[in-house]
Amino acid sequence: MSALYALVGAKPLFLWTDLLIWLLVAVILFGVSYTRKRPHLLAPWHRVARSRLAMGSLVVLLVYVVIGLLDSIHYRPALEQSEPGDEIHYAVEARTVLDWLVGDLREASEKSYSAPMATHLYSRENVEGEQGVTQRDYPRLKYGGNHLQDPQQRSGDITQSLLLGSVQGLLLWSLIVLMLVLWLRYRKGGSPLQRIVTLLRGHADVSEKQPLPWPTILWVTALVSVLLMMAIQLGVKYHILGTDKVGQDVFYQAVKSIRTGLVIGTLTTLIMLPFAVMLGIMAGYFRGWIDDLIQYTYTTLNSIPGVLLIAAAILMIQVYIDNNALLFETTEERSDLRLLFLCIILGVTSWTGLCRLLRGETLKLREMDYITASHAFGVSHLRIITRHILPNVMHVVLISVVLDFSGLVLAEAVLSYVGVGVDPTMHSWGNMINGARLEMAREPVVWWTLLASFLFMFVLVLAANLFSDVVREAFDPRVQSRGERF
Amino acid sequence: MNSNRVKRCGISKWLLAALLYGLFPLLASANWNSPYSEEGVESQVLYSSFSGRPKHLDPARSYSSNEYTFIGQIYEPPLQYHYLKRPYQLEPLGAVEMPKVTYLDQQGDPLPKDASIEQIVYSLYEITLREGVQYQPHPAFSPVDEVLLDRMEQLSDFPQPGSRTLTADDYIYQIKRLAHPAIHSPIFGLMTEYIVGLQGLRDQLKEARKESPEQWLDLRKFPLEGVERVDEQTYRIKIKGKYPQFLYWLAMPFFAPMPWEVEQFYERPQLKQKNITLDWYPVGTGPFMLTVNNPNRKMVLERNPNYHADFYPNEGEATDQAQGLLEDAGQPIPFLDRIEFSLEKETIPYWNKFLQGYYDASGISSDSFDQAVQLSGSGEAQLTPEMEQQGMRLQTSVSTSIYYMGFNMADPVVGGTSERARKLRQAISIVVDYEEYISIFANGRGIPAQGPLPAGIFGHQAGEAGINPTVYRWQQGKPVRRSIDEAKALLVDAGYPNGRDAESGKPLTLYFDVTASGPDDKARMDWYRKQFEKIDLQLVIRNTDYNRFQDKMLNGSAQIFLWGWNADYPDPENFLFLLYGPNAKMEKNGENAANYSNPEFDRLFEQMKNMENSPERQQVIHQIMAILQDDAPWLWGFHPKNFGLYHRWYRNTKPNLMANNTLKYARLDPVERNKMRKEWNDPVLWPLWGGGLLMMALVVPAWLGIRRKERQSLRVEVK
Amino acid sequence: MLNYILRRILYAIPILVGVNLITFFLFFVVNTPDDMARMQLGMKHVTPEAIDNWKQERGYDRPLFWNDAAAGAGQATETLLYSESTKLFRFDFGVADDGRDIGGDIRERMGPSLAIAVPTFILGLMANITFALLMVFFRATYLELSGVVLTVVLMSISGLFYIIGGQFVVGKLMHLVPISGYESGLDAFRFVLLPVAIGVISGIGSGVRWYRTIFLEEMGKDYVRTARAKGLPEGRVLFHHVLRNAMIPILTGAVVVLPLLFMGSLITESFFGIPGLGSYTIEAINAQDFAIVRAMVFLGAVLYIIGLLLTDLSYTLVDPRVRLS
Repeated sequence: MSALYALVGAKPLFLWTDLLIWLLVAVILFGVSYTRKRPHLLAPWHRVARSRLAMGSLVVLLVYVVIGLLDSIHYRPALEQSEPGDEIHYAVEARTVLDWLVGDLREASEKSYSAPMATHLYSRENVEGEQGVTQRDYPRLKYGGNHLQDPQQRSGDITQSLLLGSVQGLLLWSLIVLMLVLWLRYRKGGSPLQRIVTLLRGHADVSEKQPLPWPTILWVTALVSVLLMMAIQLGVKYHILGTDKVGQDVFYQAVKSIRTGLVIGTLTTLIMLPFAVMLGIMAGYFRGWIDDLIQYTYTTLNSIPGVLLIAAAILMIQVYIDNNALLFETTEERSDLRLLFLCIILGVTSWTGLCRLLRGETLKLREMDYITASHAFGVSHLRIITRHILPNVMHVVLISVVLDFSGLVLAEAVLSYVGVGVDPTMHSWGNMINGARLEMAREPVVWWTLLASFLFMFVLVLAANLFSDVVREAFDPRVQSRGERF
Repeated sequence: MNSNRVKRCGISKWLLAALLYGLFPLLASANWNSPYSEEGVESQVLYSSFSGRPKHLDPARSYSSNEYTFIGQIYEPPLQYHYLKRPYQLEPLGAVEMPKVTYLDQQGDPLPKDASIEQIVYSLYEITLREGVQYQPHPAFSPVDEVLLDRMEQLSDFPQPGSRTLTADDYIYQIKRLAHPAIHSPIFGLMTEYIVGLQGLRDQLKEARKESPEQWLDLRKFPLEGVERVDEQTYRIKIKGKYPQFLYWLAMPFFAPMPWEVEQFYERPQLKQKNITLDWYPVGTGPFMLTVNNPNRKMVLERNPNYHADFYPNEGEATDQAQGLLEDAGQPIPFLDRIEFSLEKETIPYWNKFLQGYYDASGISSDSFDQAVQLSGSGEAQLTPEMEQQGMRLQTSVSTSIYYMGFNMADPVVGGTSERARKLRQAISIVVDYEEYISIFANGRGIPAQGPLPAGIFGHQAGEAGINPTVYRWQQGKPVRRSIDEAKALLVDAGYPNGRDAESGKPLTLYFDVTASGPDDKARMDWYRKQFEKIDLQLVIRNTDYNRFQDKMLNGSAQIFLWGWNADYPDPENFLFLLYGPNAKMEKNGENAANYSNPEFDRLFEQMKNMENSPERQQVIHQIMAILQDDAPWLWGFHPKNFGLYHRWYRNTKPNLMANNTLKYARLDPVERNKMRKEWNDPVLWPLWGGGLLMMALVVPAWLGIRRKERQSLRVEVK
Repeated sequence: MLNYILRRILYAIPILVGVNLITFFLFFVVNTPDDMARMQLGMKHVTPEAIDNWKQERGYDRPLFWNDAAAGAGQATETLLYSESTKLFRFDFGVADDGRDIGGDIRERMGPSLAIAVPTFILGLMANITFALLMVFFRATYLELSGVVLTVVLMSISGLFYIIGGQFVVGKLMHLVPISGYESGLDAFRFVLLPVAIGVISGIGSGVRWYRTIFLEEMGKDYVRTARAKGLPEGRVLFHHVLRNAMIPILTGAVVVLPLLFMGSLITESFFGIPGLGSYTIEAINAQDFAIVRAMVFLGAVLYIIGLLLTDLSYTLVDPRVRLS
């Protein structure tokens, strides 16, 4: 094993949240393959797939997810060997595949603030002039626009990069379209031209039962790939969203924060789900003292103000981390444990809602004829729950998971403001906003950190909200019937 | 249905009325955004702020600058610092003259003035008080109607506050309070080493409290060996050995007078329940008294009508005349009638309100720096033209504090006296670039420290003689930080070439113990990590909350940490004792956070400690510095610079880092202030009108749509 | 009825006991009295003796759960758990770590909290219902679509941005209201204006969507069809019949949060420097003053339970079909 690490020049680092995220990915993949074979489960998903809104936001969400996943493979790069043949040692600072991909962006830090796309620092400093006279002036940046001989050329250079980026983006997009066409042709036949026309005009193929809104998907993809290539073109030369107080690239920070947002939005529900589902169904199904006990538990937990419970729990984990400092070799491991705990405790404060819904739903279900019949046939409780009740409440679970996501992403920011959020050393939008608060009082105003966190968070939450709306409408029986009436 | 409509209509009418009623004062007031009610705008009222509720206002307990802002104006210790003179100089305040010091031998017989330290067993300070000083009016000085007590919600509810004349007993009473087990005086531990019999008094009091824990202890009944009442106006304090710094303590509120009546008054359980305690409602002889004490919102100091005669100083530094600081010379003080402190937790609103003219003075947070101040070519801070146009005044001073990064000397890697660890520490000292730190995080408001002593403290040396040769070399008349290559060379000597242990090849990982929670801290930690990376050292940040951090410091498991110190008094002893071996933090819980212990240093420190300021003392300090700079138990960090901004209507301000009773010298020009406030706060209304139009543009089509729809359905009906 | 209320109140007791146990565990076991003492006594010259002294003064020197030294029932009662819990249940919140009486502070800070929370709640409810009704009225037109998009957009913005932005534009650039602070009495208006406006706006996104679904659900009911069949104009159907019927779920849903208005808003209060209970809580968390945090947790739990009770009662009051059993 160590030989392999040596060959790659990196040693993988397994963080808890990484493992859970990949577990989640596995669960989702399993769910997909399970659903595919069952038409009755697939039907609502087809409704989702037909929605232009949902598919458009799904593309955006997928971009976030891919970035988040790339950022969830941690490794420790090997340090340079002082002499060949020495034992190889690995850095304590972990990197991710994403860091490796963005490369220079991570290292290119300036001295202090610089505005988006700037070539000079944002504040004046004492600069030695040509005659050795110190002047107060804006010094040039070390990295941002340092390829320019003359800062005057900047706007031309930016336009050029943007054009180049959009051309590259379109090329990338064409490549994607081409592959899609080939795939569709392989699946469904027809001439390539016909396929392209179908794709772009959204002309519903008579042979297809469930036409996907391809034009929307493709336009959004085009937009995303053009933006991506532009960002790459500009990112290597400039700080697209400026730099922060210690000169780190804000764009990089915002991108790194994606993982934190996703982890909080997804792992929290993943962690609380088993409890909520199990307890909710048990309360509704068994009733009696079990119901009382479970109701008591969630009323008690619910009545504690959430922020205070979180504050106390975060303090507790901090104590644990400090008492066992030796367990953590890297800073990342420490902040990761805190993140995990934040997810757990957020889960504890938010599972009660789902639990109550499930209880109500189960109460209704258990009076159904087929359940009473099963009872009569002497089917075991466990079997009734897993075979009859659980599948029938899954839509409730799914809806609440999707709805919770955006709320949790937003909650992270607030908690970080209160000081009980993720570790201050971790990249997160909450931490960025918290820092940006002070920057708004500067004169001239430093607005880009706030803007960056706002944009990245807004797009994610907006996409998630739009998507979850469609999912809810597709799965909620009540909404459906209403939709048809109007 | 009808009743429902009527009800809804009623509610909206009520709302409208409330809105208009509420709007009225808004429209009537001159400045819409004024955070104060308009009364008092044109009088001698100073507007200031406090950032958090002061924890203690009891002079025996209070020990932090935000508390001294208040009690400094209320309590008067025997001595004070001269407002204008530099270097800092003590002068009598509660006393008529400086205390008379007599040295005594073992038998208590007086020794000549020039007796050697070994001979001196006790020093006797005799303090004679001003005559006829009265306390502020306070209900404790008049008989209390016990029946009415339950109805008293605030101190101001009490009728007929009385007063009385100050006596030496009050000063003595306060010294005894330092030993009171329930008061937890922070200097009790320190003072037992000096004031004779203080520990004994504590034991007695503890015993007495055990018998009746809830009862008020009348300290007059417990004798304190080291303090003696001579007459109404005179008392003596006997301290162990020679301790010239004791005079500085006499200028702190710990030694202010406390009448026994007041303590007894506040001991009533009915008052305690209502948060009316001595810790919240101070009673003193000073120029001001605390009349409103609502730590959730506002605290107000008002002029003490019984204040004794006190005058603005007649002399100062050479430059003071030119700066207009002597215009009021000889005038009776205080000038101010009222000082309003509003709660202001965040720096940003504070700064913005200052710019709007609602606060009269401001420190500058580093984030507002570029707006307010620019550095001239020589590095001197100046106001920006915009600020100068507003008529503001900038005053800078190097504070008597230090922020440093310490190594735990008990740590096996970075600590200890071994050559290896010392070289490692020196290498780190070079690479952590505090010049950059100051420019990024403090925005230039600081001076890189060459050693523990800041400028203005005896023993500090400017220029080439004072630089830290481990980190700097002297080039072209200024200190220049040594290069990374030199640090790397030191690291090789230490046995960590390229940041790796030469023997095992393992990378050297260092641990940085911090309590980071603020928004700025992430950037700061990243910066530190970058510094260590310069010589390939891996720095792991161990972030924790304050309590765990204290624990770690106590049991010595921290490795590298940040710490700071703010001087109690302007004497080198108050800084160097932070490195004195017997003061170690670990286990002994002293102030030597680095657990530094060097016998040679300890010896020199003991020698320097009790010396008078003299060339000999300077010589010893120089030796001490050489040892410290070579051992590098701290990265000396920096001495923060205080920047104070004052509006043009605020007079007689001069930074004085030692005195805490400076508000009595301040004077205002309220007319000017009022004019400027009006000018600076013109409401900008066009966005409102614009927004209104936009709303109209949205609403009108919608409304028309409704009309059309209604008509359509009507038409259908008609059909 | 009275019987029912009494039973519900009795049912609340075990819940409060549970809350108390959880908070006791979190705050005393995790953060020992030693920690509190050090935190409170400050940085300079703190001796172990001073810490012991402090603990003794506070009564924190007793064992947590079980006192072996005491006799008889004292083994259970002369402990921190017992004494601290019984104090809470008597609503005697004790003193904060800095020596102030918590009960007094809570009473004092309730006013400012309510001055923000009540107008925000009422105006927010009114604004949400109005917009939701308008959206339903214009359903299937471009106005509804843009409304839906707008609400999703508003909902996707973190509350922090509303506050930071509002304070910056209205307070700093336009000089319309004081940037922060509070005064009691009528003067409070100037200080409350902006926080309330921001509170209403930041709630509009999710609020309007929620009420819109309620109205749409109501629209599908039979009585609406009947009303339409009678030829009533759409506006009348909506504003009279639907609104009145929808008020039942809206009001009963709103009742549960009423008591919690007392707790104030954590973020708004601390941004605007309003001396209410929200900022009190945040300060306590930051200062790690757990006596206050425990008091607030307990208070929050009590108010929550009152809210639940009020909800149940309001159901019976507005809907005679619901019987309390």
